[in-house]
Amino acid sequence: MSQCQEHWLMSFGEGQMRSRSKIDFKIQWEKWKRGQGAQKAMVGILFMIVPLALLFTFTYVPFFQFFQFSFYRMKYLGPRTYIGLRNYIDVFSRPELFNSLKLSLYYLLGAIVQLCLALFFATILSSKVKGGSIFKGMIFFPFLVCGIAIGYIFKFFFTHGFVLDSMLMVFGFDLEDLPFWLNNTKINNFSLVSTSIWKYMGQNMVLFIGAIMSVDPNLYEVAEIDGANQWHKFIYIILPSIKTIVLLNLILSITGSIAAFEPSYVITKGTFGTATYFVMMDRLAHGNNQKVGLASAMAVVLFVIIIIVTLFQKLIFYYAFDDGQDDSGVPRKEVKAAKKRDRINRKKGLLQSQMTTQQNNRAVNPEISGEEKQKR
Amino acid sequence: MNRWIKVKRIFFVTAKYFLLAFASFLSVVPLVVCVTTSLKSDTEWMNSSKMALPQNWLNFENYITAWRDVNMGLAFRNSAIILVFVLIGSILFSSMLAYVLNRFRFRGNNLIRNLFLFATLLPGIALQVTVYQIMTSLNLVNSLFGYIILLLGSDIITIYIFLQFFENLSKSLDESAIMEGCTYFGVFFRILLPLTKPAIITCMILKGVATYNEYYMANLYLQDKDKLQVVATSLYKFAGPFGNRYNLICAGVIITMLPALIIFIFCQKQIYSGLSSGAIKG
Repeated sequence: MSQCQEHWLMSFGEGQMRSRSKIDFKIQWEKWKRGQGAQKAMVGILFMIVPLALLFTFTYVPFFQFFQFSFYRMKYLGPRTYIGLRNYIDVFSRPELFNSLKLSLYYLLGAIVQLCLALFFATILSSKVKGGSIFKGMIFFPFLVCGIAIGYIFKFFFTHGFVLDSMLMVFGFDLEDLPFWLNNTKINNFSLVSTSIWKYMGQNMVLFIGAIMSVDPNLYEVAEIDGANQWHKFIYIILPSIKTIVLLNLILSITGSIAAFEPSYVITKGTFGTATYFVMMDRLAHGNNQKVGLASAMAVVLFVIIIIVTLFQKLIFYYAFDDGQDDSGVPRKEVKAAKKRDRINRKKGLLQSQMTTQQNNRAVNPEISGEEKQKR
Repeated sequence: MNRWIKVKRIFFVTAKYFLLAFASFLSVVPLVVCVTTSLKSDTEWMNSSKMALPQNWLNFENYITAWRDVNMGLAFRNSAIILVFVLIGSILFSSMLAYVLNRFRFRGNNLIRNLFLFATLLPGIALQVTVYQIMTSLNLVNSLFGYIILLLGSDIITIYIFLQFFENLSKSLDESAIMEGCTYFGVFFRILLPLTKPAIITCMILKGVATYNEYYMANLYLQDKDKLQVVATSLYKFAGPFGNRYNLICAGVIITMLPALIIFIFCQKQIYSGLSSGAIKG
């Protein structure tokens, strides 16, 4: 880049001194403009400018503003006062904020249950099941229900004496023994987590089914001949082939559980001790007091956690994965070597491949080559 | 011995179907109860058990009331406007970006890919703390246009779907077109874009459902609830005056759910495959 600029500047300068070379330069420039290089550059810039501009205005500028805002006591409008690390101290010392972090443990537990259930049903549904697509559709559909609708549905569902209680009463429970599912601080977080499982389990399941379907079906046949039962198939064939996506989901659920938002926001609005970290953040930033600085500090803390988890994930995927084997079972070193070989071969290039295709043609179709010779 | 295996097999098959049926039942029961409740008149709702079936299965009065009182017509109009612009914009922009990233080699290509990849790590709701500041200073709060722009900016899954699609599209196609004297512009719009039809459909469904269901940003940035309500936020209106009239609320919930249900019934396969291709991005 810098070399190119220098060259460009030099030619420009010379052009000013000698008009002749200026004309030369102009001709060169015109040629370049009409050629493919310029067109390519133009299309490249034109096609990328809008998405990049959007990415920066709505993701990266806000991202860096967090760091700036977190040192101030401020509202969206009006004066700002610099208060140093005060906001960060508040994040860890305010009991309600710390409590909201503890709540994510409920969601983490829920996420693990959700993954196990999803894995279980995905395994069942990827074997031969009559009406499988109907079951799959019914389990998946909650994923497509709008968040606010979920709020109303479950407020209705959990209200004392309403849907859930009526169902339990059919099984012989007494209404007076049943707790208030959304108000009782001992269990309301479990109720909320269960709605999260209700919504996202089907989506996880669909992902897993997709991964299981890509397993070579011959493996099952071979296993069956060897006398494997369903459990063996699951342990020795299905699980190893989808472990990447399962592990990825497991690690993502760590950040997901801290970022849990919807159940608490739409069903209880964070009342009765159900306010998760994000609900607190939303309330601080967009509530009446507009403590934007504190909310930003919370966001920064969250980002740090996310980055740590992501690095941890990369590390696990790099090292702990069956002493460096890829999903296909080929050691990583060999994969790398194969890629390198590929690259070298590609560089050697066209000539070789042409030669081989010609040879192949001759080998397969001697008549054609014979005809060619006749033509010549 | 043989009989024992048979018994075992029958047991497993029944257990399998029982568990599947149970899970499906739990998945749909909150929704089904919503449907039955929405068909009950006020007195019926007050006096009968909440699980009881409606007396008249064709009592759609609540739907009419809910539609009228909450001004659902306007909500659907606004949502439709947003959907049209967001879908066209996001498909155009993300396919163009994916084309450049996949077909052109230049310095910074990897950097741009990583920038988009890193952006997926930042949770959208947390970002709204500072995005709100930006939206205010750009004067985009309380306008449909601003909301559309914002939704276009949070567009990463579609980019990945297009990137994957271009990866599997042979390069010889556009190379030969260039040889024939076609411009890069022409290659993209005349040759590649028509070929990406499956990816476009997938993106339309995924992005469409996500946009239609988006409620947090809609609530935050479209503050004029009388003029700028969308389908998702129109449900908020049930909180105030309708209090505990769940038969009416359920009717509203079902109305908002119907479009998603219809899309789901007709495009199940695309939704499933789109989700799997969108999920594996690393």
